Amino acid sequence: MELVAERKTPDVLLAHLSGNGRQMSTLSELEAIRHALSEGPPVKSLEFDTAGLSAWDSRFVAFIGQCVEMARGRDVHVRCDGLPEGVHRLLRLAHLLPENADAHRVVVKEPFLQRLGERTIAGWEGTLGLFTFLGQNLMALGNLLRGRAQFQWGDAFLVMEQTGPAALGIVAMINFLVGLILAFVGAIELTKFGASLYVADLVGIATVREMGCIMTGIILCGRTGAAFAAQLGTMKVNEEINALETFGISPIEFLVLPRMVALMLMMPFLCVFADLISIAGGFCVSVSMLDITSTVYLNRTIQAIELKSFLLGIVKGTFFGFLVAYTGCLRGMQSGYTAAAVGQATTRAVVTGISAIIASDGVFAVLCNGLHI
Amino acid sequence: MNTDEVKIEIQHLTLAYGSYVVMRDINARVKRGSIFVIMGESGVGKSTLLRNMIGLQHPAEGDVLYDGRSFWGLDEEARRLQLRKFGVLFQSGALWSSMTLAENVALPLAEYTSWPAADRQEVGRLKLALVGLDGFEDYYPAEISGGMRKRAGLARAMALDPEILFFDEPSAGLDPILSRNLDQLILELRDSLGATVVIVSHELASIFTIADDSILLDAESRTVRAQGNPKELREHSTDPKVRAFLTRGEFAERGATP
Repeated sequence: MELVAERKTPDVLLAHLSGNGRQMSTLSELEAIRHALSEGPPVKSLEFDTAGLSAWDSRFVAFIGQCVEMARGRDVHVRCDGLPEGVHRLLRLAHLLPENADAHRVVVKEPFLQRLGERTIAGWEGTLGLFTFLGQNLMALGNLLRGRAQFQWGDAFLVMEQTGPAALGIVAMINFLVGLILAFVGAIELTKFGASLYVADLVGIATVREMGCIMTGIILCGRTGAAFAAQLGTMKVNEEINALETFGISPIEFLVLPRMVALMLMMPFLCVFADLISIAGGFCVSVSMLDITSTVYLNRTIQAIELKSFLLGIVKGTFFGFLVAYTGCLRGMQSGYTAAAVGQATTRAVVTGISAIIASDGVFAVLCNGLHI
Repeated sequence: MNTDEVKIEIQHLTLAYGSYVVMRDINARVKRGSIFVIMGESGVGKSTLLRNMIGLQHPAEGDVLYDGRSFWGLDEEARRLQLRKFGVLFQSGALWSSMTLAENVALPLAEYTSWPAADRQEVGRLKLALVGLDGFEDYYPAEISGGMRKRAGLARAMALDPEILFFDEPSAGLDPILSRNLDQLILELRDSLGATVVIVSHELASIFTIADDSILLDAESRTVRAQGNPKELREHSTDPKVRAFLTRGEFAERGATP
């Protein structure tokens, strides 16, 4: 496109626009107009001549719009009648509608203390929410035990199937590897003292007391806790939870409780399974790498594992099951009403769940030490 | 209005999210068996008002009376019994996605009746047939169209033969024909069930077809701008803003040009 600006009369600037308006180099051709406006005697009026213009597009309109704005800023009158009819109309439409003045976002930077205070309050409310949800769950559990809960065992069984049998593969793989790793570490260190037989003790005790239930808890947290948060979050987005409430059906009893019960019932079984597989992992390493016969290894394992250690693992596993269901459902129920919020809820469910499992395991360790279990 | 005829009474209701007040001092009475429309611009707080009426959100101030009894003053058990008399159709249908349509309708029945499962199934089938979904009992909500989901939501809302039906934007997302059919359905249901109907809507065509009474919520003054039959409001209201809303702004434009 060609742009030539000339003075029609001493105070009227005429801009000749010709050629293909779709092929403008850039909007910066505006500079030519600005230059022409500020040079020489003051301009009172700006006119356009587009007789030689063959085509135009939105960028051309934007260009003219900027010319108009620039001219207005200098108190120059603009005559648009030389412009193509369509351009004229679009400009009128764009200028007719007043700018939405309050739509511009104003970013207010809050002072540090205010942010600190708001964070603190939010944190406190979050903690309160945690305990409110716990209380609601305990009440729902009480209702269930008294047979008054709006609880469907069918749902619980479905969740049990999804969290139990369907998780066996991954639980087996991870725990087998953990057993292998424990045995490797033990083999390298204990052989130095000629105590390689005690690898069986190491693997057995570490597995039933700690690793079996922790690893299973973490797997379930990533697998099932995240699924719970996503399911409940999506139901919230879809107003399904509101729909339950308007029918007087408690979402806690109807949705959260079956999941919680299912996980707490499945976890002991998964823990026993994990223990066995992990010990099998240790067995493989010991029998193949060290000079230990399988009978000796198994006997050593049976002697090493006390019943109370085994039961401790099961109790902890059940508690971790509760934690996974609790955090998954809590974050799901707290989810906002957007797709992004569901994703966030899922992330938070896994983070909270794993943190809670590790932290509570620390508490268990201290307690067991104190109680000599 | 005779007090016997008043089904719902909204008293000095103030709606707020935290400290942000959406609407203040809403007062209205809904006649038994009437179709009452909550109108207003988008985002003015219509759905929030509905949420406050059906117990999903606690009002900042004020109360809602059903049959002269305070709703928010009730204890949990009594409120549950009151909720049983409501049927709510949410904007998106809000069907429980893990259940088939028949199960969706049958769940409220399972909660509140001791009927055998076969009877519940049969009632569920009947309700679905009422909204034209005969034969779709075993479909999951994800397998049917948006308009069908909405109708299924309506069937579920009617499951317990409610005394009051609440609709949140029933015609949103429906084409004009479907939306008209839904209006006819609402009218027929009201006439045959004798239910009171509360609708949140800004679809003027549908409002004029079905509404007996209405309130218009106003964003500027944050309260009720007008109450009455929408047709009468359109013809006789002296408030230019009310007439502008009910005539899609044509009145205001005509007023502006001499």
